[in-house]
Amino acid sequence: MTDQQLRVSKIENGTVIDHITGGQALNVLAILDIDGSRGETVSIGMNVPSDRLGRKDVVKVEDRELSQSELDVLSLIAPAATINIIRGYDVVEKHRVERPDSVTGVLDCPNAHCITNENEPIHSQFDVLEDGIRCVYCDSIIREQIADHIKV
Amino acid sequence: MRHDHITSAKQLSREDIEAVLDRASEIAADPAAYADRHEGALLGLMFFEPSTRTKMSFSAAIKRLGGDIVDMGPVDSSSVQKGESLADTVRVVEGYADALVLRHPSEGSAQMASEFVDVPLINGGDGAGQHPTQTLLDLYTIRENAGLDDLTIGIMGDLKYGRTVHSLAYALTNFETRQHFISPESLKLPRNVRYDLHEQGSSIKEHTELAEILPSLDVLYVTRIQKERFPDESEYREVAGEYQIDAETLEAAQDSLTVMHPLPRVDEIAHDIDETEYATYFEQAHNGVPVRMALLDLLLGGEQ
Ligand SMILES: Nc1ncnc2c1ncn2[C@@H]1O[C@H](COP(=O)(O)OP(=O)(O)OP(=O)(O)O)[C@@H](O)[C@H]1O
Ligand SMILES: [Mg+2]
Ligand SMILES: [Zn+2]
Repeated sequence: MTDQQLRVSKIENGTVIDHITGGQALNVLAILDIDGSRGETVSIGMNVPSDRLGRKDVVKVEDRELSQSELDVLSLIAPAATINIIRGYDVVEKHRVERPDSVTGVLDCPNAHCITNENEPIHSQFDVLEDGIRCVYCDSIIREQIADHIKV
Repeated sequence: MRHDHITSAKQLSREDIEAVLDRASEIAADPAAYADRHEGALLGLMFFEPSTRTKMSFSAAIKRLGGDIVDMGPVDSSSVQKGESLADTVRVVEGYADALVLRHPSEGSAQMASEFVDVPLINGGDGAGQHPTQTLLDLYTIRENAGLDDLTIGIMGDLKYGRTVHSLAYALTNFETRQHFISPESLKLPRNVRYDLHEQGSSIKEHTELAEILPSLDVLYVTRIQKERFPDESEYREVAGEYQIDAETLEAAQDSLTVMHPLPRVDEIAHDIDETEYATYFEQAHNGVPVRMALLDLLLGGEQ
């Protein structure tokens, strides 16, 4: 890596989420529930030139790995994303996200009358369809702007 | 039937539906034979919303099987008032009964509740969601009057919010039916329902006027258009008026037409139809008892 390319300092341990669909970096942070308020070290590249995607976003988070639920939702908004696990400044693991059959938690059901929006001891759950996701409890379908339904 | 809980008409296969309807026919033909079939069985009624008919017909059904009810009573006098979650309430109440019936205003409530209990749980209506026992009694009524295969059915009224319509339309995709949907533009089937019907390979036809297809129908299923769905009273009157039928409307229908309605009706079916051969809605309501008896019998472990 040349100095010209290196925009931010390397992280020692953490996760680099690479090849994010251009423009989705802030939504990725929302999935990770990162808003900076807890002092995490995070760097973001937006609309960085990419051979594979034309333009891509990159998110680097120090001292943090992703849960399966987070990876599942990530795959819906950034299907080409690569997860790089960094330990001791090196990439020790690299994998692509996979589109799951269902996603649990992370997203809120858009139906205000859905039981998952009540104070009950359950997580939201959506079946993943070809062109959207569908609440397992109330059947509501989300087709566009899945990121708008990330829990706040 | 292999199901532990009945939360949605969507979970029911053709075999499941036929098992319930066949059992209901047997019960209707010889109710005495079932009179003490489930002696001592207790059905827990959990109605978080008022309902006269569903509640009464479940009570009648379990009593006619030799069992009895335990009733949570109205919500305002229960622990729900104190903020208890539904998940906790069902886990307590399952210890009091051999099966539960739940009616609750939140969509998906029955699905969630069923994840917390071991006794069979039946969805008695979850908000604008599912009401599978209504669907089963509708199917039973259709089978008795017109047959379920090679059926042409028209479903009319509020197709957007009417949960009975959604469940029925889905369940009918298990059979050889042609489904016509008649409604004002603003109350057409919602997209998740249309999605399902397409997924099931069902060919659905949507109309804004009944006259277009009335002569071809074996069954006309009418539902109520509610005033609350319209911004003002005059618009409601104008639109709703077009989806009301009377004896004169039905002159264009086949003599064998079966007219159904989940009840209560307001004025979408004129009283002059009540005395005709078409009227099947009271019979439909009465069928709620043998059908719920059949379902309880199968869930509580009736002889196979
Ligand atoms: N210690 C580190 N701190 C910050 N970012 C890092 C670190 N190590 C690697 N990266 C970043 O992680 C991503 C993956 O690194 P890698 O060295 O595998 O690059 P690559 O060969 O281009 O991978 P790919 O084939 O997935 O594009 C790159 O965006 C790289 O800049
Ligand atoms: Mg690269
Ligand atoms: Zn939902």
